[in-house]
Amino acid sequence: MKTNDMTKMTYRDAIRLGITEEMRLDRDVIFLGEDIGVYGGAFGVSKGLLEEFGEERILDTPISEGAIVGTAVGAATTGLRPVCEIMFMDFITLGLDALVNQGAKMRYMFGGQSQVPMVLRLPAGSGAGGAAQHSQSLEAWLCHVPGLKVVTPSTPAQAKGLIKAAIRDNNPVCFIEHKMLYDSVGLVPLDEEYTLEIGKTIVERPGKDVTIVAYGTTLAKAIEAADFLEEEGIRVEILNPLTLYPMDMKPIIESVIKTGCLIVAHEATKTGGVGGEIVARVVESEAFDYLTAPIVRLGGLDVPIPFNQELESAAVPQRNDFVHSVYRLLNRE
Amino acid sequence: MIELSEELLLRMYYKMNQARFFEEKLGELEEKGQVHGTVHLAMGQEAAGVMACLALEEGDLVSLSHRGHAQAIGFGLDVNLMMAECLGKETGYCKGKGGSMHIADVENGNLGANGVVGGGFGLSCGAALTQKYQKTGKVVLCFAGDGATDTGSFHESLNLASIWKLPVVFFIENNQYGMSNPVENHMNVENISDRSEAYNIPGLTIDGNDFLDVYNTVTKALRYARAGKGPVLIEAITYRFSGHSKSDKQLYREEQEVKEWRKKDPLLKMKEYLRENRIFTEKQIQKMENEAIISIEQAVEFAKKSPSPQLDTILADVYA
Repeated sequence: MKTNDMTKMTYRDAIRLGITEEMRLDRDVIFLGEDIGVYGGAFGVSKGLLEEFGEERILDTPISEGAIVGTAVGAATTGLRPVCEIMFMDFITLGLDALVNQGAKMRYMFGGQSQVPMVLRLPAGSGAGGAAQHSQSLEAWLCHVPGLKVVTPSTPAQAKGLIKAAIRDNNPVCFIEHKMLYDSVGLVPLDEEYTLEIGKTIVERPGKDVTIVAYGTTLAKAIEAADFLEEEGIRVEILNPLTLYPMDMKPIIESVIKTGCLIVAHEATKTGGVGGEIVARVVESEAFDYLTAPIVRLGGLDVPIPFNQELESAAVPQRNDFVHSVYRLLNRE
Repeated sequence: MIELSEELLLRMYYKMNQARFFEEKLGELEEKGQVHGTVHLAMGQEAAGVMACLALEEGDLVSLSHRGHAQAIGFGLDVNLMMAECLGKETGYCKGKGGSMHIADVENGNLGANGVVGGGFGLSCGAALTQKYQKTGKVVLCFAGDGATDTGSFHESLNLASIWKLPVVFFIENNQYGMSNPVENHMNVENISDRSEAYNIPGLTIDGNDFLDVYNTVTKALRYARAGKGPVLIEAITYRFSGHSKSDKQLYREEQEVKEWRKKDPLLKMKEYLRENRIFTEKQIQKMENEAIISIEQAVEFAKKSPSPQLDTILADVYA
């Protein structure tokens, strides 16, 4: 159905809407994971899908992440388009052989013979008191594997547009959704053909003084900081790399050329994080000559996510970290 | 007992010989340093690899182990393209990007040899899920070795295949060693097929060096899976004559043990059967062997003459 209508909905509902539309459009799309049937998924994303699509297409699996991902790779290679839910991104450790050694490499190591159109939904991030084994942001691992695509939406509209694009993509796509965004609300296009192109970085907020690159809940914190700074006359430009791998660097490089200052930020631990890669690519580019201050990397502390709420929030970048970093870059402290 | 036509017996014997000569030649090339990297030879396991595939119907699928040349030849892959791939040539199945461990022919249902021990179990479940979902009536034959049955992937996959009644036959070539580790040291069950009991599926142990036993058992198992009754686990007892790979000094076994198993060479056993039953004349047998040798010599020539891939193909085919 073609429409220009938009409606307010949560990030959770937007992901579900995207999956539902694709399942209605294409019978090859199946959905598998733990407790996605009657239970409706650990975060309620698959609620109601069993009733609409039945057990043949909504497949409740045993607690076997290796078999879930392996089965998805095999099904994708032979003509289906599976979507998998890994209950918490932390548990992808149990499915990594199937993802990294099989799914990601089959096309290349077979000389282009196959394609593996599958989506892995990976609820990530801290903030819910999940402690060390239910709170990680492991996207940098996945961004180190050629053959995978890694996307992460930060708003409900992006969630719908990207999940649909991921399902239509002919490669294994890791779809990282931040758990603390599930209840966030935003306007979402109802058009069935609304998708967001994979491989594009977008400008979330135009500005001229400092460039911030952020995604997930960290993006929301950057926006809060930008609102605050704007009252002081500082205009921050915020970029959102919706696709973390392979990343579209052009808008980031252009923005740094304009502002001369760069902050990269994410919740994932700073060491070896995606932010470091963005920085490296910026300094390798023509933007290097335009930098007027050292680049700032905001990342999670190099610790497992602690349980206690104050410790948990201290482990990842917060709004004030952005504010202070911007002051420092502009010599206002 | 399944009736075997002369034509089928001919194809069986020819392919078993092709598999043997393919690996003899490949082993020679490797010793001469003409193979980059490694190859895993399955000489001694030909009845298992070839016959299991010959029991398949048109359109059935396979997932091969890392020791997969005989399996691939049984499935009907072109030995020219296989040899070219083993030598890393542009004309190989994977355009020289995969090598011996990744020979695949996806369009025709060969989901590839697998460099990860146990890597094919999940893939096979997925391919079987597609067959079930699309109601194709086709079955997936999943090859692996004894060592692979110790992986978590084996157990997760058999469980999943059992509860979903997936049309897949897990065919385990028990060649007595997981690399250097003898079976009795790496599992505490008498038969690998006993592991089927945990998943409430049929489990069978057969003589993997007996071409008829392999062919008949796999035929029945495929029929069972095709009827929608779920997966079957088959353990084929066999032996690899050569080492695990070129680095293997074979310190873990006695020469006498290899000699004993050579007496049970699956090719000799099949030849005896053909002679005893007077199915083919001595001349016909010789002719088949010669034709198999010639096909492999031609494959080596084809591979050697083939060009290496162009360097500018290095970035191709990462993404679809």
